[in-house]
Amino acid sequence: MIEAVGLTKRYGAKTAVYNLSFQVRPGAVTGFLGPNGSGKSTTMRMILGLDEPTAGHVTVGGYPFRRLPNAPRQVGALLDAKAVHGGRSARQHLLCLAQLSGIPARRVDEVLGVVGLQSVARKRSKGFSLGMGQRLGIAAALLGDPQVLLFDEPVNGLDPEGILWVRNLMKQLASEGRTVFVSSHLMSEMALTADHLIVIGRGQLLADMSVKDFISYNSADFARVRTPDGEPDQREKLTAALSEAGGQVLPEQDGALRVTGLPLPRISDLAHEADVRLWELSPHQASLEEAYMRMTQGAVDYRSTVDQRAGLQEAVPGMAPQGAPYGYAPPTAGGAPGGYPPAGAMPGYNPPPAPPGQPAQGQPAPGQAPWQPQQPQAGQGMPAAPQAAAPAQPPAAPPAPAAAPAAADMNKRDSEDAR
Amino acid sequence: MTTPYQQPAQGTQPPAPPQPPQQPGQAPQGAPQHAPQQQAPHQQAPQHTGQAPQGAPQQTPHQQAHYQQAPQGAPQQGYAAGPVAGYTSPIPIRRTHLGHAIASEWTKIKSVRSTIWTLSVMVALVVGIGLLVASGTNDSDYSDTPTTIPGLFGTLLGQLCIVTLGVLVVSSEYGTGMIRTTFTASPQRSRVLTAKALVFFAVSFVTTTVALALVAWMSSGMHSGPGVQEPTSKQMMGATLGAGLYVSLLGLLSLAVGSMLRHSAGAITTMLGVVLLPAILPAFLMMSSSLQTLGEKMQKYSSPQSLAALFQIDDELGTGWSQLGVLAGITFAALVAAYALLEKRDV
Repeated sequence: MIEAVGLTKRYGAKTAVYNLSFQVRPGAVTGFLGPNGSGKSTTMRMILGLDEPTAGHVTVGGYPFRRLPNAPRQVGALLDAKAVHGGRSARQHLLCLAQLSGIPARRVDEVLGVVGLQSVARKRSKGFSLGMGQRLGIAAALLGDPQVLLFDEPVNGLDPEGILWVRNLMKQLASEGRTVFVSSHLMSEMALTADHLIVIGRGQLLADMSVKDFISYNSADFARVRTPDGEPDQREKLTAALSEAGGQVLPEQDGALRVTGLPLPRISDLAHEADVRLWELSPHQASLEEAYMRMTQGAVDYRSTVDQRAGLQEAVPGMAPQGAPYGYAPPTAGGAPGGYPPAGAMPGYNPPPAPPGQPAQGQPAPGQAPWQPQQPQAGQGMPAAPQAAAPAQPPAAPPAPAAAPAAADMNKRDSEDAR
Repeated sequence: MTTPYQQPAQGTQPPAPPQPPQQPGQAPQGAPQHAPQQQAPHQQAPQHTGQAPQGAPQQTPHQQAHYQQAPQGAPQQGYAAGPVAGYTSPIPIRRTHLGHAIASEWTKIKSVRSTIWTLSVMVALVVGIGLLVASGTNDSDYSDTPTTIPGLFGTLLGQLCIVTLGVLVVSSEYGTGMIRTTFTASPQRSRVLTAKALVFFAVSFVTTTVALALVAWMSSGMHSGPGVQEPTSKQMMGATLGAGLYVSLLGLLSLAVGSMLRHSAGAITTMLGVVLLPAILPAFLMMSSSLQTLGEKMQKYSSPQSLAALFQIDDELGTGWSQLGVLAGITFAALVAAYALLEKRDV
């Protein structure tokens, strides 16, 4: 259990962390997110007693870190993979840390085995790659079998096998009832690993909530409802019924409706009461990355912009600037300028297939909605041959969008932003 | 609603409570129905990709042969689900003490090459130059000086190696970032500095004294006879223990300076100034009559003169123990300052 109360840190005139209060509880992986320079590392260092807070205090298991009688047995930390003396071998590095808290030397060989570094245990750590350094740092954190673990960017530089391993390790550690506090920039990784999120921006707390709440709270979750295409009166009837029930209904370009503020079963019930047939009723959930971008876009200190190469070109009068600054809210359907993957394309973050017996959920799963087969595929984030399925569509259907529906979603999100 | 998603295949996760309660006030509009399903993608992902739910197969599982496995089935709950029994290591946690830190520092000092290099260069200088001087002198040269003298010349150079090592023992940790790992593993910073000082002092004192004793013994063996002044036990003590103590104290001062400045090059430069300036400056100070006494004092307590006094090269210089006392006082003051800064400053 980590508890911060009113944590503030100033470096001269710059306030790195301001009035930060949060709790990190055992039994869950807590993600720690924030843009560059938002104070994540400073907070971690204050938790570990390396930096003294200007105001406020932070305790680990009820003690300030520097009062812990045997810190490595209670708190394991990976702050910086390169925070080792490069001239010392991996084993000697771990051994000197083990001795510092009275941990027997055989435990060192054991954790070296856990992180898979036995073969290089006697090599000097100067020659280690970043990934090997991370493994060494994780080994150091695990040495004392601690109940609280802090990891600062643990998957940096790890290979896919290592990332998977770290992900499972975090979950396992948390499932044993430990407190696991992980900072990371990899949103897809956090979405898979973390149960709870603490988000800071410019040194202040932006959010402290579970991952699903965070995503719901910071993104426009909506239900997509499609009525039979040839019957606009049904659509209007349903719109009226839903609006009356307190939902917000927005028409989409392809004739579907975007409904917010009503749960899916309620929409289904309302449609049933209004005697309207539904062709589609599907939930749309934003990814953690989208939600994070949305939340932190006001708190980003270092924002990249498009390289206009204007400094290289000869001045042409009246030349229009190319592109817009990076940032979220991509303006074009072709994809975000910052190389930002469209929603739904997040690996491992697809909606799950509908469980049997819940067809009303309208999950984009095969076998469901057979009259519109490209929709489920597209819902999975694969812009696979929408035209091939076009003949299966009713004749009155609007032309199938050529762009990936995910990108189309973003378009609509823009229109919603404008609202 | 959530149960169909939570398959029993979750090896790592004990049965999660169905539908974690929403945090009141934070549940956004329109979310409640979507929210419970949100859990499913995380948990089902491994099944789809065919991954084993418990760790990567290649990796040794997080076994705890010595630290036995914690009882499985610790409840996994969301934050909102009330207090969770935290993990407690089955191995009792003992309070750490200085002995642990000394063991750790001993591992540290012997596992880096800078220690080996600086100490072997120091020994090579003291013994090598000592033997050269001893073999290049005649018995008649030792009619009024003790036969331990050859050790002095190598020590004058060799002390710089100890100074370097003393600085590096602390500042290399700052340079590499290791200090953060160290102070995370032992937040009792003063204890770490004490252990460093003790281990370094012991290592440098033993090495220097043994090297000096070796030179004294060989030099005495090479030069013996009726006209040679046999070193008295006091002279022998000064030339071995005294000089070893002086050089080690100088190293300890370097360690304190290294801890205060946290920068290898800066601290080594500072210590070169401390060693060399009192030997050079008096020549300029003596030019002015008002500063003459200051110059003389400085010269008397400069490192070369102090070592010469300890070797009892000349009766005028005294036995050198007063110079040793002054250095000990300076070192103590520097260590006190280092401790104060260490506790106060951010790492």
